[in-house]
Amino acid sequence: MDHLLFLLATGLARGAIFALFALSLVLIWRAARIINFAQGAMALVATYVAFAVTGLSGSYWVGLTAGILAGAVIGFGVERGLMRFTKDSHPLAGIIVAIGLVMVLQALLGIFFGQQHRPMQTPFSDSPLLWGDTPLLSPYDLFVLVVALGVMGVMALLFNRTSLGLQLRASAFAPEVSRVLGVRVSRMVTIGWMLSAAVAALAAMLLVPTELGLNPHSTDVLFIYAFTVAVVGGLDSPVGALIGGLVVGVAMTLVTGYIGATVAPIGVLVLLLLVLLVRPGGIFSMREARSA
Amino acid sequence: MTTRTATGAEVSITGLTVGYGGEPVLHGINLDMKPGEIVAVLGANGAGKSTLLRTLAGLVRPTAGTIDLFRSDITGLRTEDRARRGLALVPDGQSVVAELSVDENLRLGALWRHRGPARARAIGRVYELFEPLDRRRSSAGHQLSGGERQMLAIGRALVAEPTLLAVDEPSLGLAPRVVADLMAVLRDASARTGLTILLAEQNVTSALSIADRGVVLSLGRIVADAPAETLSNDAALRHAYLGF
Repeated sequence: MDHLLFLLATGLARGAIFALFALSLVLIWRAARIINFAQGAMALVATYVAFAVTGLSGSYWVGLTAGILAGAVIGFGVERGLMRFTKDSHPLAGIIVAIGLVMVLQALLGIFFGQQHRPMQTPFSDSPLLWGDTPLLSPYDLFVLVVALGVMGVMALLFNRTSLGLQLRASAFAPEVSRVLGVRVSRMVTIGWMLSAAVAALAAMLLVPTELGLNPHSTDVLFIYAFTVAVVGGLDSPVGALIGGLVVGVAMTLVTGYIGATVAPIGVLVLLLLVLLVRPGGIFSMREARSA
Repeated sequence: MTTRTATGAEVSITGLTVGYGGEPVLHGINLDMKPGEIVAVLGANGAGKSTLLRTLAGLVRPTAGTIDLFRSDITGLRTEDRARRGLALVPDGQSVVAELSVDENLRLGALWRHRGPARARAIGRVYELFEPLDRRRSSAGHQLSGGERQMLAIGRALVAEPTLLAVDEPSLGLAPRVVADLMAVLRDASARTGLTILLAEQNVTSALSIADRGVVLSLGRIVADAPAETLSNDAALRHAYLGF
């Protein structure tokens, strides 16, 4: 029972990171109708920036801020420099370019930083707090939960309560009509990429310190899990990303805790397969609404 | 309704040729519109009506020819910049943003034109104009009836107080009474603010009921350009191109 509580709490913290990264995939899908397979690698580059800046400045927080900014800049560069040129061609073109970008970025990171795992520091302790005699979750897990849920809340407000959010949504749903109404759609697509890449960078920076450390493949698994979460939740649905992320995080931690760490990734992929078979649009998909 | 001093746009289309790769869809179209004029573009399916309106809005690039708005050439301008010059297009198919609410659709239309309280007032005027929308402010676009969707599409264009309004087939799929109401709204808007309107329609009777002038398109060429009354009364022309 004690063990279960601990697994649930850590699962939620882990799930919040998946949810955050899945949200970044949803943001880009809604802005540009593309599944960005390079999202993990782009976030990784931002995490290396955070790592370097933290090393130079001695401050975790300065590094975190630099990483988020770097994420936005990378998002800007990738959209304006690469993805913009693929949008009028075959839908696969964007995906292939993204996969190529993953290879280039990971190779470059390997060349400059090497393949070894570099431990990243956490701003708070990562040993679990005790509730009575029961280990619950660590201060760092709590920090992760607060930041991830907070950022998702801010995104929800931005999209639903501001003029910028209205234009971002309209540009995603009906680009042509939006242009006719004077909305600068191509600027909105760029802003969507910047927001998305910054959120993904944050998710990666929250995750890496809990893993072995930073290396050019640190976000591979994160991308696969978050991609599963986004598809399971419905690529159009931020709420789906949140719920899906928490569910996958908890499920994974439970499987790891009770059965074994090697089974967990298989479990996630089985979940992906089942959802795609039963409900290809995702559980929270808006497809019905759109075709009405 | 507040009185406004807006004047309608002066439009001059010269030698406009448009193609999607093969045989041109429009061949050297010449069309001038005076401020406040309502011009009906008539013709069968595939005559090039939609292409003319979409080219005017900048959604399609012409292969030759120019479009002048207020005597300045806008042929090279992007769609969103043309909108900001006062050119509003209501595309065909009751094109509301289905995922956004009625209120959000209208806010989107007003965004670049009005700020703060002025935006709320402009949206309020649309609700006065279209009573049914007022009752459905928070309904999503996809929950509206066809008539309500078309009202929203037109209201969303009017909320930005354009000087030139291009409306593509507003009557398509709607009940005659709804069509008559929409036509009355367009005519009143033009009378009140001097709005210039280019109205593409297959419903010739409705369009000519409010138009000052009609141009008939056939296979991408203008085959007739005459006052609305003359067109309505010209039996030979009606038989040849308008099918009644």
